Amino acid sequence: MEIKKGIAVSPGISIAKSLLIDSEDYRIPKRLIKPSQRMAEIQRTRNAFRAAANKLTRLQEKNDKIEHSKIKDIFAVHLRYLHDRSLRKKITDLVLSESVTAEYAVSTTLREIASHFAKLPDAYISERAADIYDIERRLLRQLLGNKREDVEHLTEEVVVIARELSPTQTAGFNRQFVKGLATDAGGRTSHTAIVARSLGIPAVVALEDLTEVTSGADVVIIDGNRGIVIVNPDDETIRQYEKYLHEFVEFEHKLDAIRQKPAVTRDNVKITLLGNIEFPDEAESVLQKGGDGIGLYRTEFLYLNNPSEPTEQDHYKAYAETVKVFEHRPVIIRTMDLGADKYTQSKRFAPEPNPFLGLRSIRFCLRNLVMFKTQLRAILRASVLGDVKIMFPLISSLQESRQAKMVLNDVMEDLAEESIKYNKNTQLGIMIETPSAALTASSLARDVDFFSIGTNDLIQYTLAVDRGNELVSTLYTSGDPAVLRLIRMVIQDAHKARVGLSVCGEMASEPEYIMLLLGMGVRMLSISPPMIPEIKQIIRSVTMEDCNNIARKVLGMNSERQISSYLRNAISKTLPEVF
Amino acid sequence: MDKTACEMQVEIKNADGLHMRPAMQFVDIASQFKCDITVSNEQTSVDGKSIMQISMLAATVGSKLNIKAEGPDAQEALDALKKLVEKKMFDEPPPKDKKNL
Repeated sequence: MEIKKGIAVSPGISIAKSLLIDSEDYRIPKRLIKPSQRMAEIQRTRNAFRAAANKLTRLQEKNDKIEHSKIKDIFAVHLRYLHDRSLRKKITDLVLSESVTAEYAVSTTLREIASHFAKLPDAYISERAADIYDIERRLLRQLLGNKREDVEHLTEEVVVIARELSPTQTAGFNRQFVKGLATDAGGRTSHTAIVARSLGIPAVVALEDLTEVTSGADVVIIDGNRGIVIVNPDDETIRQYEKYLHEFVEFEHKLDAIRQKPAVTRDNVKITLLGNIEFPDEAESVLQKGGDGIGLYRTEFLYLNNPSEPTEQDHYKAYAETVKVFEHRPVIIRTMDLGADKYTQSKRFAPEPNPFLGLRSIRFCLRNLVMFKTQLRAILRASVLGDVKIMFPLISSLQESRQAKMVLNDVMEDLAEESIKYNKNTQLGIMIETPSAALTASSLARDVDFFSIGTNDLIQYTLAVDRGNELVSTLYTSGDPAVLRLIRMVIQDAHKARVGLSVCGEMASEPEYIMLLLGMGVRMLSISPPMIPEIKQIIRSVTMEDCNNIARKVLGMNSERQISSYLRNAISKTLPEVF
Repeated sequence: MDKTACEMQVEIKNADGLHMRPAMQFVDIASQFKCDITVSNEQTSVDGKSIMQISMLAATVGSKLNIKAEGPDAQEALDALKKLVEKKMFDEPPPKDKKNL
């Protein structure tokens, strides 16, 4: 039994067999398997050799007409290696003698050979190490690719363990069977955390070396309430956790009772609670959990699930399906927000030295107008089906906001010319998630109908902290005075200009910040669907007078630590059962 | 029936030595024969039909290798390999100058 402590990012408890996903971009950790699993692992190795050789043969046939005999030679050499029995045997022998995974055996053996070449004095021959790394990658791609397919075609419940999870990996998850996530890296707002919350499954991140102490098919407990992961728990621990799980389910049921009640404070101030969704099929869960609409419809899945760029019809189908579920209730569709953290794995975007400050999100869209217009057309076509609103992400200047708006107007004109119906009064909003947007909110407000404060990026850009970097993630906090002052400024400017305002970042689903946000003047929150009942319960237990007092006190404080402890104290007084 | 075993020495004569592509040619020829083929330098002996093992010998120009063949077609195998290494020189050029600074 091994107990690891990390950061709890999505509540709940899961007990299931582990499924490990290694990444060819990282060193493959040495992972022991049970002696009984060795034959299966050897078979996986053989299959990987065969599949990699087949793939290469097909590639070779396709490139047969290529004149470059050098490239042909490289293919031919790699193929000889993949057919080399003594190489394969060296690898399967390692699996057999040391009881390690196929991935580890492949990686270690080939790196050993590569370093043999690299050490040779003859420059020409020592460069051949590169070929060996290529062959390693060909084999790992097969082994890990099959693993990825495993996750898509699961037949039993598992918890997924990885160094970190990318959107391309999580997009393919079979959601019926993936019951929990645990990663070595990551923070509260990493992709893993967001996906887990939107799926309503427990997740713990920042576990540092979990992937090295776990092996495939170990039983693992993920405790997303306390941030604990237990590998191979003993019977007593399992019994304890089953009891704990039972209590937790009962607490959830108690929350169910308030689902259909309105989100009003005790002194009758109505708060609109919307859901953030990642996939169209989560729309139902927003309604089930008692949400009033969708405050953030992330559209990245359309780009990540498709091998090629999504067509207008792909977009339209995804939007129409969701909008129909909500009828007259609002659905805020955020335009493509890829780049930086979200799409770096794809080859279509050349790697940037500093992607968070690079060509991401709306900037990317404005440089790829055909793609951007395709999405806007589809959103506008869906606008006649219900209450659709459009939202641009990562606006950082008035000029950018105007430019994006101009593109939207162009698309509207095109549709009108083609006599395609759309709602001419479709509301337009922007996300306020850069300090520059927050500081110029008063002028930005003149051009749009609403603001949505994206706290995740706003915090990261204000405090200069990468939320996914476990070395500095403790510096990332919603309670920093600098962040709170920017948020207050945006709220006041929105009220003055009479534009709509909501908060859609993770801050809006952290219980201790709810009273503060209400006190600062927020009346609309957009959060992950599983959090709706809990946040609603908080709203129904407080008075606006208390909230106002809290906001006044907190905005006069100078240290994050003072603010956090004051807020925790306030919420535990109001709602002892939450803490 | 007749377990012939033959041996001979060859010298690498092409400028770039026994790198990946020549190793592939060597293995391809060796694999056409039924006999077992072992290639040795001063330190080690390897399987002449494994590209991994042959390429790891990393024999440079001028180095000498001992090739041993055991099996019915041993002599033919040695003849074919000698032709590849010393006569065809893996279809590669010899060093331009013996002492080229």
